[in-house]
Amino acid sequence: MLKLTAPFTEDKVRKLRVGDMVEITGKLFTGRDAVHKYLHEGGTIPISLQDQIIYHCGPVVVKKGSKWKITAAGPTTSSREEPYQADIIKKFGLRAVIGKGGMGEKTRKACQEYGCVYLHAVGGAAQVLAEVIESVDGVYMLEKFGSPEAIWELSVKDFPVVVTIDAHGQSLHSQIQEESQKNLASLVGVKKG
Amino acid sequence: MATKKGFEVKLRESLVEIVRKTSTELPQDVVKALRENSKNEEEQSRGRYAMDIIQKNIQLAEVKSQPLCQDTGSILFFIHYPSGLDQTVIEKTAVSAVKEATKKGFLRQNSVDSLTGKNSGNNVGPGTPTFHFHPWNKETFDVRLILKGGGCENVGAQYSLPDARVGAGRDIEGVRKCVLDAVVQAQGKGCGPGILGVTIGGDRATGYLASKEQFLRRMEDKNKDPRLADLEKQIVQEANTLGIGPMGFGGKTTLLGCKITALNRLPASFFVSVSYMCWAYRRQGAVLSSKAEIKKWIY
Repeated sequence: MLKLTAPFTEDKVRKLRVGDMVEITGKLFTGRDAVHKYLHEGGTIPISLQDQIIYHCGPVVVKKGSKWKITAAGPTTSSREEPYQADIIKKFGLRAVIGKGGMGEKTRKACQEYGCVYLHAVGGAAQVLAEVIESVDGVYMLEKFGSPEAIWELSVKDFPVVVTIDAHGQSLHSQIQEESQKNLASLVGVKKG
Repeated sequence: MATKKGFEVKLRESLVEIVRKTSTELPQDVVKALRENSKNEEEQSRGRYAMDIIQKNIQLAEVKSQPLCQDTGSILFFIHYPSGLDQTVIEKTAVSAVKEATKKGFLRQNSVDSLTGKNSGNNVGPGTPTFHFHPWNKETFDVRLILKGGGCENVGAQYSLPDARVGAGRDIEGVRKCVLDAVVQAQGKGCGPGILGVTIGGDRATGYLASKEQFLRRMEDKNKDPRLADLEKQIVQEANTLGIGPMGFGGKTTLLGCKITALNRLPASFFVSVSYMCWAYRRQGAVLSSKAEIKKWIY
């Protein structure tokens, strides 16, 4: 188990390898479909994402007095951001993307080129992941996108993830896919074309 | 009239409680299967890591009475009711119970207009929630509910045999090839370890429906048809040698279970319909008295 503090540096990110289990302490920024499309199309936001982590998550948020509280915060399927992610990694200097289900070739290449990693959270673990959020430090684009799609600035402690795409061109998703296809072929015999 | 009103109020209350329990607590048979399979993953491995987080999540959701997963999914009701009752009243009451459960946060706002993209905000709209009603000659109700998340629904698959890509002919061996192919196609995207519901035969609609009805079965139950019982066992055992593992992280636990049924088919058709259920296998049910009070939990 590796313990890392966010924000990251390129040096720190380049040390990570596919398969590493990591616990993150520090800042995360949520961002899902609306944010990715908006940033890709040239939209601007009032914060810098340089060296930061974006989390594919549409949290359930309640307001208690003047304070926000996150009650469920599991990852959402990342592949929907595949058309935008590479460009956003490049333009905004992201060092990590957290989500579930993995991402494709474009993102893998961008991670390698610009020094970024894809971190896989456990899908469905909405309560465990809400529990490690220590505070909500800000919210941006709330008016424009609504609560699940807004950018929530969070401080987390020991947020658990696995590195599944690293900054060296490796992807656990392609490795497992290849290996399981080979295993399937040996179970059912070689496929006919 | 007053007693009728009283009945509807009670029914609504019982249905909201069924939704709450389904969304926040996994049935014991599923918890047990997850716990036992977790031991098969090596300590310090990624698969074990995922399984540990999953178990922690199950406990937390139950203690906090909050949804296990923020995607509370498709809402599938299977309701047996006393045959003299007006089904439209039961349906209306269930719809209002779903709205109430959404307001209380047991269900996420999950019903989106497919043309405009607008969320109805209360889980009600064309096709949502889904009801399967069966009148019966008893005075009690049997209400069962499945909540099925979008991630796992997206990795379901239907095959029309023969299928050249997977090399599947119209026999049990062909069925086996299709089901294992569906597991490989899904990888970790369905939030595994998963549970499969499979229908051999039927048409495209009845095949998928019966495959989902398989999720009403308990994890440990054994298929009454020995041929299907063997196939269920074989598929779980073989799928767990594929190396996909929890969340697609690699490991031995790719499937927790596989439940198969067979329907008659047209001579011209041979479908294999595979539904995938994520580890957050939310299934509950209750027997309700004639006055709609919860008498007994089914799972």
